[in-house]
Parts: sequence; structure tokens; C-alpha cells
Amino acid sequence: MLEARHLGKSYAGRAVVSDMSIRVAPGEIVGLLGPNGAGKSTTVGMLCGLTAPDQGEVLIAGPDGGTMAADSTRLKRRIGLVPQEISLYEDLSARANLELFGALYGVSGARLKQRVGEALELVGLVDRARDKPATFSGGMKRRLNIACALVHDPDILLFDEPTVGVDPQSRNAIFDNLESLRARGKALIYTTHYMEEAERLCDRIVIMDHGRVVASDTLAGLYARLPATLSLEIQVDGAVDVDQLLRGSSVRRASQAGSTLSIGLDDLAQGAPAVLAWLAGRGHAVRHIASARANLEDVFLGLTGRQLRD
Amino acid sequence: MIWSPALAALVRKDLVLYFSNRRALLMSIAAPIVIAAFFGYLFGGQQQKPSRIPIAVTDLDRSALSAKIIEGMKADTTFELREEPEADATEHVKQGKLRAAIVLPAGFAQAAPGALFGAAAKPVITVQHDPSQPMVLAVVRGLLAQHVMQAVSQTLFSGEGALRSLADARRNLNGEAGMPDEVRRDLLAMFDSIERVQQRAGPASSAASGAGANPGFSMPFALKELEATARKNQPYNSFAHSFAGMGVQFILFGGIEFGVGLLLARRLGLWKRLRAAPVSRTLLLGSRIASGAITALVLLAIIYAAAFALFGVRIEGSVLGFVGIAIAFSLLTASFGLLIASLGKTPEATRGLAIFATLIMVMLGGAWVPSFVFPEWLQTVSLAVPTRWAVDGLDAMTWRGMGLDAAIGPIAAMLAFSAAFAALAVWRFDWEEA
Repeated sequence: MLEARHLGKSYAGRAVVSDMSIRVAPGEIVGLLGPNGAGKSTTVGMLCGLTAPDQGEVLIAGPDGGTMAADSTRLKRRIGLVPQEISLYEDLSARANLELFGALYGVSGARLKQRVGEALELVGLVDRARDKPATFSGGMKRRLNIACALVHDPDILLFDEPTVGVDPQSRNAIFDNLESLRARGKALIYTTHYMEEAERLCDRIVIMDHGRVVASDTLAGLYARLPATLSLEIQVDGAVDVDQLLRGSSVRRASQAGSTLSIGLDDLAQGAPAVLAWLAGRGHAVRHIASARANLEDVFLGLTGRQLRD
Repeated sequence: MIWSPALAALVRKDLVLYFSNRRALLMSIAAPIVIAAFFGYLFGGQQQKPSRIPIAVTDLDRSALSAKIIEGMKADTTFELREEPEADATEHVKQGKLRAAIVLPAGFAQAAPGALFGAAAKPVITVQHDPSQPMVLAVVRGLLAQHVMQAVSQTLFSGEGALRSLADARRNLNGEAGMPDEVRRDLLAMFDSIERVQQRAGPASSAASGAGANPGFSMPFALKELEATARKNQPYNSFAHSFAGMGVQFILFGGIEFGVGLLLARRLGLWKRLRAAPVSRTLLLGSRIASGAITALVLLAIIYAAAFALFGVRIEGSVLGFVGIAIAFSLLTASFGLLIASLGKTPEATRGLAIFATLIMVMLGGAWVPSFVFPEWLQTVSLAVPTRWAVDGLDAMTWRGMGLDAAIGPIAAMLAFSAAFAALAVWRFDWEEA
């Protein structure tokens, strides 16, 4: 549906995005995950024709497809952008906002009226159609922000961190909307720095750091790259000899920050008792212990050596 | 750029947003009307009599001649004259309560007739004046000369005082050592003639003086004052100029808000969303110019409707010219707003700078005071200011009553400025925010 090949963009001689490739198919949600400043928004800008890439190209498949550089005006009709900011006219009603953005994409007359109704229904704002966004809660504004990108019924939807500052209830409502769109065969690219969102929603995840793609795979594929899929967080007394711990047991990774010892294991049932026995044998009192499955934070840490939220 | 549903939607959106903000709209309309009404009243209103110049006179001479001068000045409608001691009058001028204070010196009546013929030293009349109002000094100087000349010449030509004055003048002339004999002889002959005229006309003069016809010098002409307005006997309506000036100023302020609105849209991500749509840059900026121009035109129409209905302003010249100037000025306002948006960085900083620039433009454009009161060099410089053409054009079509040909120049100038502003805006516009 949409494919970007080797995109590159620099500002004032500084590369913001380098050799970025991504593709999304109908009925698929591809997550673009990375910390702030990783180049996600610049990538989205290039994908939707806002920003001209210095290198590479953006292609849209289909009988009326082509490259963005050659025919951006026509191809833009097939894309819906949900910007990171709540980009609404606060003093126009919800319906007027939708009518405006529909008209900009060439939708008019009865078709526009129908599409406005459908978009409002999808995001659950039918009863607030006449109200101005200035009177909406943050979550409702976010939902209307999404509806404005849907009103012209695009094949491809680009979501640039659409849940920033949203309460959990509204976030779940937005996730339901996205899953509904996927079920209708839309191709979605979803940028976020919340790993939980990417884990829940995305069929495939592209991890970016410093403007480059560091991994691109399904969630399972990304976990498979980890040395361990389970972890233990243990509060201990004293400094643990991590190197010795790694040598002598089924521990795949180990690190200590203060009194917190983080350990990666493949098998919790066998590995945990062995680790506790090893610590007790060297005089380290254990204050607290917790286990968890590996997450994208661990993946990012494993790929870049840094925390996702650094 | 052709009219399209997308363009219509963008223009409609801008108009709805602008006109739905009732408070801002009220200010955009009420402020120019109130301030224009104030300035219009200040500069004369519709039929208002000109205010009198408050001055004081101190009579140290206490003579019949000085009394006659003061009487003449009191009768002059230009002045609001009062007699005060010299110290009080000087203090009142300093305080700004009086524009000028005149001191008629002791011995004035005795010296003035002789000085008229250069046969005696000239008495000195002192005028203390408010330096902030130099025009007043010129008026006082001129009218004082008129009243003194009339009174002195009457003294020379009538009554016993006249004979005494002539005798004094003759005595002074004979005592003037440096005067050539020929000149002295001619002046003495003139005094003899005046004396004969006085003796012959004495009884008749006395009778006529009762009717107010005093012999002596008087102004050798009668002045007929006509206001050079659109039509004969059509009084000048100063509201016409003040509405042109204030209308231009506040509509340009509206243009600033349009520009700042674009910067705000950029900050809110709305501009990004608009750019993501399949519409051209020309259409995006063109819609902004169209909505800005329509808004400016509507505001100008409302402001002038108030001027017509409440203050008697009329289009005495070409209606077509007035409409043309209004449209050209509206386009100028819209392109000015776009230029602000293209040059500005943040809405806050841009608004302050743009207001400053606008105030300078309207000041130089003659919106506050007519440009003809500027020094000549400034009048020339102000031709490079677009507001000058707007104000002059509106003046020409309203109270000056000029025809369509007088509107062509201002229209062409404003359209040229609009094109230049728009070109500069498009050139400088930051399309891609990082």
C-alpha cells in the first residue's frame, strides 16, 4: 500500500533521518517506535508529502498509485494525517471542522455529509457534533483530531503520537478506533514512544534511534532477538559480582543499579531459585523480588544500550 | 488559482472564525468609529464654529489709541481677549491657559503716529506666546498689525487728537537731523494735505462717526471665505478625514490579526494539517488573501456606514472610485497580513512589531493629521507609505469630491504595494517547519 525507500533528511547539515525504509500493507498497523528526537515525526512528514526528502522516495501502490515526488497532490488524497498536536479550529463546531477538512480533500455535497456522520460515529462524537472543540475534554479533542483525518476516507492513515496527554479511558477508545480501521482494511502507521501502545496495537514494529532504523520486525521477532525473554528485579544488599553471576548460571544478562539487580532469564522456574541460592551463598540479603516478561524497553535497551525514555 | 470548493471552504472558515468572535469584532468596528468621531469633532466637526484663540492684553499706555486697539481686537471673532496685568498674563501663557499675551507699552499713542511715517522711534509691542503653537503666533502677529494700523490711522485722520498727532509728527520730522531735505519737504507737504482734509471733513466726519464710519486706513479689500470642498457652499466635514484615517488604521490592525492567526495556526499544527491536504500553496495563501480582503472590505463598509449615518460623511466624488479604493485597500490589508505571517517567528513578538510598524505607517500616511501639515520632505517621503495613498484616496472620493480619475493613482499604488507585499511574503514564507 505505502512504501518508503531509503529516505534521508537533513536540516542545517545535521542528518535527522538516514536510510529509512518502511512499508505498510492494507489491514496492517505498523508501529514506528523510538525516543523523542529519533526522527519519527520527520519520517511521517516525508511519508505524507509535507516534507520533501533529500534522499529516497515514497511510493503508494495501486492503479492510481505513484511516487510522492511526482504527484503529491493526487496521492495526498489517499492519506490521512493525524498530527501530534491537536490541530482543530477551536471556535468552529466539530461538524464544521470535519466539513472543512473533507472539502480540502475534494469531498462535497451529500457525500461530505455522509462521511462527516460516519467519522463522528466512529469516534463517538455524534451527540457533540454542533459543539465547539473548545468545550471538549482532552480525550474528545484527540478523537475529533482523528476523525478529521478520516473524513475523506483515506486508504492510508498516519498517526503521529495521537495519544499524548490522553486519559486511559480515552486511550482505550482511540485504540478501539484504530483496530476498527485495521479491520476495514486501512493501512496504518502509528508513531509512538509508548512501548505499551506499540505492543498492544502493532502487527509490525520499526524501531528508530538517531534517525536510523535499528530494527524492523513483528513483536515476536523482536523478542527473539533478546538474550532473555523473562526478567527478575531483585532488591539486594551490597554490590553483586555481576560478571561471576553471568558465568556460573543460566543468567542471560545481569546489571545492577544501586540496590536493584536486573537479571534476564529464559526459564523462570529453573533460573530464579538458582540465582537466589547464588546470592545467599555470597551473603547478599534479598529484600524484594519481582518477575516480568521482557518488553520493548528491553528490546530497545538490547539494541541501543539506552533506555527508550532516555 | 481558480475558485474551488477547497478555496471556498478555507475562505468561509476564516470569515466564520473572524466574525464569530463578537468581542474582537465589536472592537474592530467600535474603536475606529469612536476615535474618528473624537478626531473629527476636534478638527471642526460638520458645521462647528472655529474655536477662538484665548489671548490677553496688558495696556500700559492707558490712552485713547490703546483703548481703540483693544476694542477692535475684542470685536474680532478670532480672539477671546481679556485684559490682565502683565505678570498674570505671562504666567497664564506658561500654564497653557492662554496662547499669547500682548503688552502695549506706555507712550505708545504718542510714538506710534510719528513712527508710521518713519519720523520717530517705533514703540515696542511685546507678544509672549506659547511655543508649542507656532501657528497662533502668526495669527496674532497678523491681526495685531491690522488692528494697530486701523487705530493709528484713524487717530491721524480724525478729531482733535489727529491734529495733535500731526503736530507731534511734524515736530519730530523737523527734529530728525539725518533725513534728506527732499524727503522732509514731501512729508511736510503730505501733513499739510492731511490737515486740510481733516479741516474740510471735520463736521461731516463727526456726523459720520456716529454711524461708525471713521476716516483713516482700513483694509483695502473685503474677504469672502469659501471652503474648497466638493460643491459650492458645501461645508467641510472633518469627520470624513478622520474616518478615512481611523478606518485605515484599525483595518490594518485587523490585517495584523490575520497574519498572527497564521502563525498561531502554525504553532497549533493546523498549518501542517492544511499542508497535508491535496491543495496547492497558491490556494492556501490565496485563500488567506481572499478572506483577509473580504474581512477588510466588510469592516470598511460598516465603518463608513456609521460615518454616513451618524456623522454626515458623503461620497461627494466618484462612487466607483470609492469602491475601487476600498477594494485596493482591502487587498493591501490582506497582503500586509500575509507579509507579517511570513516574516514573523512567534505570534507574540510579531504582534508587537507589526503594531509598531502599522502605527508608523498610519502616522506617515496622514491618518492622524492630514499629510499636508507635514514638512515638504516628509510629504515626499510619505508617498512611499501605502497608507498615504489609502487616506488620500478616501479623502479625494469623500469630502474633496474628486472624480474617478483621481482614484486611479491611489488604486494603482495600493495594488502595486499589495503585489510587492504578496511576492515578498511568498518568497519568505517558511513552508517546511522542521
